[in-house]
Amino acid sequence: MIAIIDYDAGNLASVSRAFSHIGVPNIITNDINVIESAEKVVFPGVGAAGSAMISLKRLGLDKALSAALNSGKPVMGICLGTQIILRSSQENQTPCLGLMAGCARAFSESFKFQGITGLKIPHMGWNRISLRADHPVFAGMRPEDEFYFVHSFYPSPDHADQVIATTEYGIEFPSVIGVKNLVATQFHPEKSGKPGLRILKNFSGWNPC
Amino acid sequence: MLSKRIIPCLDVREGRTTKGVKFKNNVDIGDPVEMALMYYENGADEIVFYDITASFEKRDIMIEVVRKVAETIFIPFSVGGGIRTLDDMRDVLLAGAEKVSVNSAAVKHPEIISQGADAFGSQCMVLGMDVKHVGKSTAIPSGYEIVINGGRTYTGLDALAWALKGQELGAGEICLNSIDADGTKDGYELTLTELISTAVNIPVIASGGAGHPKHLHDVLTTGRADAALIASMVHYGAYTIPEIKSYLGERGVKIRPVG
Repeated sequence: MIAIIDYDAGNLASVSRAFSHIGVPNIITNDINVIESAEKVVFPGVGAAGSAMISLKRLGLDKALSAALNSGKPVMGICLGTQIILRSSQENQTPCLGLMAGCARAFSESFKFQGITGLKIPHMGWNRISLRADHPVFAGMRPEDEFYFVHSFYPSPDHADQVIATTEYGIEFPSVIGVKNLVATQFHPEKSGKPGLRILKNFSGWNPC
Repeated sequence: MLSKRIIPCLDVREGRTTKGVKFKNNVDIGDPVEMALMYYENGADEIVFYDITASFEKRDIMIEVVRKVAETIFIPFSVGGGIRTLDDMRDVLLAGAEKVSVNSAAVKHPEIISQGADAFGSQCMVLGMDVKHVGKSTAIPSGYEIVINGGRTYTGLDALAWALKGQELGAGEICLNSIDADGTKDGYELTLTELISTAVNIPVIASGGAGHPKHLHDVLTTGRADAALIASMVHYGAYTIPEIKSYLGERGVKIRPVG
């Protein structure tokens, strides 16, 4: 059973529907016991980092997520979930979970810093990812496969070896990050057609140990 | 590099896709869920549903359609038409749509954009704009005016000013429909599209006038649109999405490969 963590951050049903479509049992839950007994955990989310952190703490899910990561079971972050795994977000300078060293950076700041103009924010639509190394969750992916993104901030881990894949939008930014039993995508695999469903399927069978 | 999006638009009336010619002479052209699946399989990057159900009592039928679509396709889709309140938005989003678009309701009550953005995030708020060319004047400096009721009612709003206002209020995207070009199959309104797309910092979907793949090429290059809406050119089999995409790809437009 895959537990999809419910913390009032957007429409989690789409993640659940995608897993159900490929025959993977899943449950949307904010019950700490259910998360603890689940074989795998998915941490999705859309919206703002600040309100997400407030909800997570209120429901005690920050600790449940940290426990899941430490237990060694596979954990997948999606979109906002991926960003708030990091120590902080440039989105209103929000302190985040700190489960990985690094921060979520704003495209607007990075573009300004590098003198890039004319690119719209959010980065919304389909884009490719370049894998830095093979990863079981991305088995079977073709280089031309594209994934659906919609975001104004991107994850930026401190350690370069925690970047699994990058994507180009004005700058080359980390679009998949992870370490050990954690894999976290900035794009939405549940909205990325067949290549996205393949990633979810791979995750459901992933055994990192 | 981000791909330009090709987005089929389905007009849905009481649960069936219709050929919605100016809201009159509606002809049934199929089941929206089956059509969505076909376009999903054929490489559509997103799908837009426009609910033209006239009767308020029958609006629940659309929610059921949205629910079935969400279980069937795994790409983003939006729903517009008759969205007037936060509850309308919530119903559609909870049923599985990625985005909602507001059009005439936003003209009447602009705050619905900011309320929707605050409640559900800018990423799911699309501002739909129906626009007519009226010529430049002091009241309408851009020469393009916002119209509602299928183009029958002029609002006095300048299209450029309204686009900027919508962005400021929290719209995450604009769906820009030229009433003049709509239904002509002579191509998109390129001047209008470029005007709006270069003025705002959010993505713009061009709509109205597509009849040939060349029209999409023009609006995605000259018109600077981020995405192109198509309807009749694919609904009746004149072209398929793979044909359109290969036409664009061969001419250097970055598109997501089909399949």
